[in-house]
Amino acid sequence: MDQNSLHRVGNKALRIVHGIGLFLAMLVICLPGIWIVLSSLRPTVEIMAKPPVWIPQQLSLDAYIAMFSGVGQGGIPVLDYFRNSLIISVTSTVIAIVIGMAGGYAFARYRFRAKSTMFLGLMLTRTVPGIALSLPLFFVFARLGIIDTHFGLILVYVALNVPFTVWLIDGFFRQVPKDLAEAAQIDGCTRWQAFWQVEYPLAGPGIASAGIFAFLTSWNEFALASQLTRSINSKTLPVGLLDYTAEFTIDWRGMCALAVVMIIPALTLTFIVQKHLVGGLTSGAVKG
Amino acid sequence: MATVSLKRLTKSYGPVAVVHGIDLEVADREFIALVGPSGCGKSTTLRMIAGLEAISDGVIEIGGRMVNDLPPRSRNISMVFQSYALYPHMTVRENLGFSLKIAGAAKEEMDRRVAEASGILGLDQLLDRRPSQLSGGQRQRVAMGRAIVRDPDVFLFDEPLSNLDAKLRTQMRTEIKKLHAKVKSTVIYVTHDQVEAMTLADRIVIMRDGFIEQVGTPDEVFRRPQTRFVAGFIGSPPMNLHEAVVDDGQLLFASGERLPLPSQFKANVGTGDKVVFGLRPDDIYPTGHGISSGEDVDVHQVELPVTVTEPLGNETLVFAEFNGSDWVSRMLNPKPLKTGDRVKMSLDLSQAHLFSADTGKTLRG
Repeated sequence: MDQNSLHRVGNKALRIVHGIGLFLAMLVICLPGIWIVLSSLRPTVEIMAKPPVWIPQQLSLDAYIAMFSGVGQGGIPVLDYFRNSLIISVTSTVIAIVIGMAGGYAFARYRFRAKSTMFLGLMLTRTVPGIALSLPLFFVFARLGIIDTHFGLILVYVALNVPFTVWLIDGFFRQVPKDLAEAAQIDGCTRWQAFWQVEYPLAGPGIASAGIFAFLTSWNEFALASQLTRSINSKTLPVGLLDYTAEFTIDWRGMCALAVVMIIPALTLTFIVQKHLVGGLTSGAVKG
Repeated sequence: MATVSLKRLTKSYGPVAVVHGIDLEVADREFIALVGPSGCGKSTTLRMIAGLEAISDGVIEIGGRMVNDLPPRSRNISMVFQSYALYPHMTVRENLGFSLKIAGAAKEEMDRRVAEASGILGLDQLLDRRPSQLSGGQRQRVAMGRAIVRDPDVFLFDEPLSNLDAKLRTQMRTEIKKLHAKVKSTVIYVTHDQVEAMTLADRIVIMRDGFIEQVGTPDEVFRRPQTRFVAGFIGSPPMNLHEAVVDDGQLLFASGERLPLPSQFKANVGTGDKVVFGLRPDDIYPTGHGISSGEDVDVHQVELPVTVTEPLGNETLVFAEFNGSDWVSRMLNPKPLKTGDRVKMSLDLSQAHLFSADTGKTLRG
């Protein structure tokens, strides 16, 4: 074989190995999700079977029907949980984004005393594991009387998300050349107009991804929510999963069905927003 | 259309002053170039005029009105940035019309002025493209168009050509000159390229370390540099500058070589004075290969060894050794020379410059 055909065969082999590698990686990522969807549709015997039943024998929507049938008929207050999750996640995301934009912009554009120390401090707050905060938070919230309220959880999630949104948005504002805001000011904008007309649209995709991040964190958070909520007043969907555990049994099928219900809005939101996450919007602004 | 006047303009960052109380009067419709090496304060000065940088002390007046604390939008200026600073999320049309949109102009007015500016700059075909789809030269033109549309009192240019390749730079230089002839407004143009400054400006301001070294027409700064720095900065290749001591009507160089003291300086220096002798490459030439008007020339001839030659086609730069270093000379109608050839050089001392070695100031009376 000459050198050329040797390389051709080599390249082909590499492509095949690449394909197999990708398939395995995707399998690892997707299988839990697929398994949850499948489990929500199968009877418990099949879910618990050993060895596992790979190909479902019978599928039914019983778990979903039961979930919405109301308390006493195997149902849970899923709509209340959904409403709580939505209110808490959306509100905390909006607040975290607003603070993140202000903070990120300040860190990206202004010089002030102790800037790097403050930035580091903000990041350090994230080194504390969330669960370690649950007991102190519980005590403080109990004293303040904000256990089992939307406000309490919103406060916690804003605090959790702000360091990340500041950090992410700071990075995106840094990518927008300073000259653009200056050019806008010369073109007649106030500092405020220059921000909204030029810098904000350019950092928009970054802000949107920070938003998705904050939303998903709040939407999926379980540890703190399980401590700080009590009733349908404020219980969120992840905490609602616990409704399927009884003293001696766990209703795996019901739990999987609720998990699917939880995933759908998060997935939809991500799909909607990611369309706008077009990279490279700033290309062409300045000599690149 | 307006005058610009800077009075004791100062800029400090904490204890570090970068512009030291400069004074400058720019006439209406004048094209002024601020030129100097990196860090000389020229861009800072421009940014202070634009209002992008707060001033530490002094006064800025545009059109006779003090603008010290006015925001950029209230100064009626426009600026072309080195980086172009086009809005990437807007088309060329939107970029050009942005300032009018902010000012709340009517649609017809906007269309008319955008069309006018794009006509002047030949951007008609590009109006619906985004900056990322344009070449460097086109982006540069859009940046200028955006400045024209505002119809400002003063145009500010911050090294607008330094991101372009050499050929395009020459082309855009000509366009800027034509543009100024057309729009006839006051221009303040910052560059580190002395050729740009010489070719474009009515007057050149040479800055160094936050001070103005000299203000003058291109001809003045070239022929009558006031300081050793200006002499070395303006002109390409740069002026030959060498330290010497005045000794009995002669210049004594460190190597022991001597040249006659140019007669125009005789009255201003005395024996023992330390001076810097300067002679442009145009005023040193292999005998028979230069231009001399024939009037008032004071030619002194020396024979020097050639070290390097740089042929440029119509002329050759000849480096010859004198006083232990290379002096560059310009050879018109070149003939081949080899390293080590001894060549008879004519030095036109009537064109020589002499600066004080201590102060760097000219010793011309």
